[in-house]
Amino acid sequence: MDKNFYVSPSPHIKDRDSIPKIMYSVILALVPAGVGAVYFFGIRALYVIIITVLSALVSEAICQKIMKRPVTITDGSAIVTGILLAYNLPAEVPFWLPVVGAFFGIVIGKAVFGGLGFNPMNPALIGRAFLMASWPVYMTVFNTVPKNGTLSGISAITSATPLNVFKHAREILINSSSFSTQQVTEATNAMSQFSSSYGSLFWGKVGGCLGETSAALLLLGAVFLMYKRIIGWKIPFSYIGTVALLSWIFSGNDGLFSGDALFHVLSGGLILGAFFMATDMVTSPITFKGRIFFGIGCGIITVIIRLWGGYPEGVSYSILLMNLTVPLLDKFSRPKTFGGK
Amino acid sequence: MLLKKSFKGGAHPPEGKHYSEHKPIETAPLPDTVVIPVQQHIGAPAEPIVKKGDYVKTGQPISKAVKFVSVPCHASVTGTITAVEKRPHPLGAKVLSVVIKREEEDQWFEDYSKATSIDDLSVDEIKNRIQNAGIAGMGGAAFPTHVKLSPPDGKTIDILIINGVECEPYLTSDHRLMVEKPDEVLKGIQILQKIVNVQKVIIGIEKNKPDAIKILKDKISGLKNISVLPLNVKYPQGAEKQLIKASTGREVPSGGLPMDVGALVHNVGTAFAVYEAVTFNKPLIERIVTVTGEGIKEPKNVKVRIGTSFKYLVDFCNGYTENASKIINGGPMMGIAQKNDDVPVIKGTSGILVLEKKQADLPEEQPCISCARCVDVCPMKLLPSHIATYVEHDLIDDAYKLGLFDCMECGTCSFICPSKRHLVQYIKYGKSQWNKKYRKAD
Repeated sequence: MDKNFYVSPSPHIKDRDSIPKIMYSVILALVPAGVGAVYFFGIRALYVIIITVLSALVSEAICQKIMKRPVTITDGSAIVTGILLAYNLPAEVPFWLPVVGAFFGIVIGKAVFGGLGFNPMNPALIGRAFLMASWPVYMTVFNTVPKNGTLSGISAITSATPLNVFKHAREILINSSSFSTQQVTEATNAMSQFSSSYGSLFWGKVGGCLGETSAALLLLGAVFLMYKRIIGWKIPFSYIGTVALLSWIFSGNDGLFSGDALFHVLSGGLILGAFFMATDMVTSPITFKGRIFFGIGCGIITVIIRLWGGYPEGVSYSILLMNLTVPLLDKFSRPKTFGGK
Repeated sequence: MLLKKSFKGGAHPPEGKHYSEHKPIETAPLPDTVVIPVQQHIGAPAEPIVKKGDYVKTGQPISKAVKFVSVPCHASVTGTITAVEKRPHPLGAKVLSVVIKREEEDQWFEDYSKATSIDDLSVDEIKNRIQNAGIAGMGGAAFPTHVKLSPPDGKTIDILIINGVECEPYLTSDHRLMVEKPDEVLKGIQILQKIVNVQKVIIGIEKNKPDAIKILKDKISGLKNISVLPLNVKYPQGAEKQLIKASTGREVPSGGLPMDVGALVHNVGTAFAVYEAVTFNKPLIERIVTVTGEGIKEPKNVKVRIGTSFKYLVDFCNGYTENASKIINGGPMMGIAQKNDDVPVIKGTSGILVLEKKQADLPEEQPCISCARCVDVCPMKLLPSHIATYVEHDLIDDAYKLGLFDCMECGTCSFICPSKRHLVQYIKYGKSQWNKKYRKAD
């Protein structure tokens, strides 16, 4: 028998992992935080998540149709973008807002660069940044007092997220002469009570964007992704470590080294950002050192914005800005070749 | 710093060793025809010294080495030469080959049963015997063994590493050899040791061959200077530079050779061939080939004459399964796919692997998502995705700057890539493009 065989260059076997497997693992890892969001903020959170994901999928399909490319929305990447954008929105947003955000994130953040793999910045964060800049009121109103608890003793200050409380209190304390004694006292109280709120921050019984509040549920997913080796330790640890260090040094009332590092690590979008957005494969460095520097850079920018910037929270912008440095980080952190000088 | 008993990077492809690892070596009956390419080694081709119509006996030289970096070939059966012409070669292209039609059982060219003690031979005599026997590295790269054993002046070798790693998935020929012929392998090692005059010998074996580790450990218990080093299973641990790193901590410089760090690496199969060549003055006319894979009905380890066709061996293993659709000279990571099974076993053929259709189908390439797995696994610490992208866009000089030629083409990057990108394939193509651009004169 003359049998002809397939011919191709080696290697002849491939690992079973694939882009869809990676994406659906990320989706799975994000599920606990989503369940938490519905628990803390009600069924409206689920609506927001579904609307955002569907908008992202439709936007991606439209772009691929227009570009006459195969429609690959089943690979899961648009779903990840949708979920991450939804997690960065307050549960109270009007329902058209996530539609616009997802469309902008997918089109301007991803498709115009050539689709998956070619976007320089995280599409979900591009969507969020656009919404923040265009409809800041909708994006910062956290009406829903979380069920089962608030930050203890700080209701006197009318802000919903812990970082907002922190920002206001810090402003009052820095310029204490221009505020009333009562305000200063309240601010001092608030500042001193953050340490008693670690539990609420960790479990997520605080105000905030719908997917960012529960460190516990996010970490559950992060551990799963680390176990599956989809995310590494370098970016999240260097990022969170930098935020902890810098906020310990600079965020306190009693001079340097009096800050509450744990409060800053647990509040805002840091856990979500460090484990699920800064680690986005496409928009983070590929080298060992590059990833460390990337995390440190994110940490520095986050703390600068939180302490001295105009916004209470700086996670999204820090990641977006550091995304832009990735080509340079990769270029200057190339590992020494085996046997190289 | 702690001495790490491994190298950085690497991956764990499915091992596939279970098909044949416990199958004792069987001797294939003599084939009716053998096709012996005059080039089965790296270096200058040997020149044929026979012509059509000649009658040759088993072991008779049929080509001679005309340069130092070359080895002769020998008739592997007794019979008449029916052609000296270009024939398909398992490493690609057509190569001048001697075709012998077997006419009878072995008539030996010389008596290969009389043992000579190595103490009666000088180092030069030993090296001559190795070259005359036609031995080239049996691990697959097939570099003439006597050349490797003759380091230039000024290079001192202080450690001999014997490669029993066999990190290529599926292949078990070295494994079986160590289990079934440990004494011969050890004697071969001692001959190599005498030639390069080293005090330290390490036999590196991956831990997935516990029986081989145990047997060799028992056998060396009385011997000074030789030790067995069990290594954690990781591809490509058997690559020369990675094995040196894993067993000694030394890093061969980029573009350099093992001798630059005082090391010399030989495969266990080579040690065995050296033993036969030196002790009995017997030429290399047979080797052990693992015939295996999902596409083979009854995988086996077979002792077979050089020049036997793949088809003959597959038939010896009860033929193909229904879905067999890819046949490979070597293992799945670095082996070379053959268009058909009408190619001969050569000195470097450690295995014949037949894969099924679903394994042979090439998944569609997806865009790189910068997951950096290729970077994490690259044993040469390169950035495979970047090099491949440069090559893809015809930016050969940029690819060169990122260490294009440091790549040893182990294929781990292509294996691991979740986007199924043809990374090592781009890199190989890039090397040929660079050579075209800058080495025209050669």
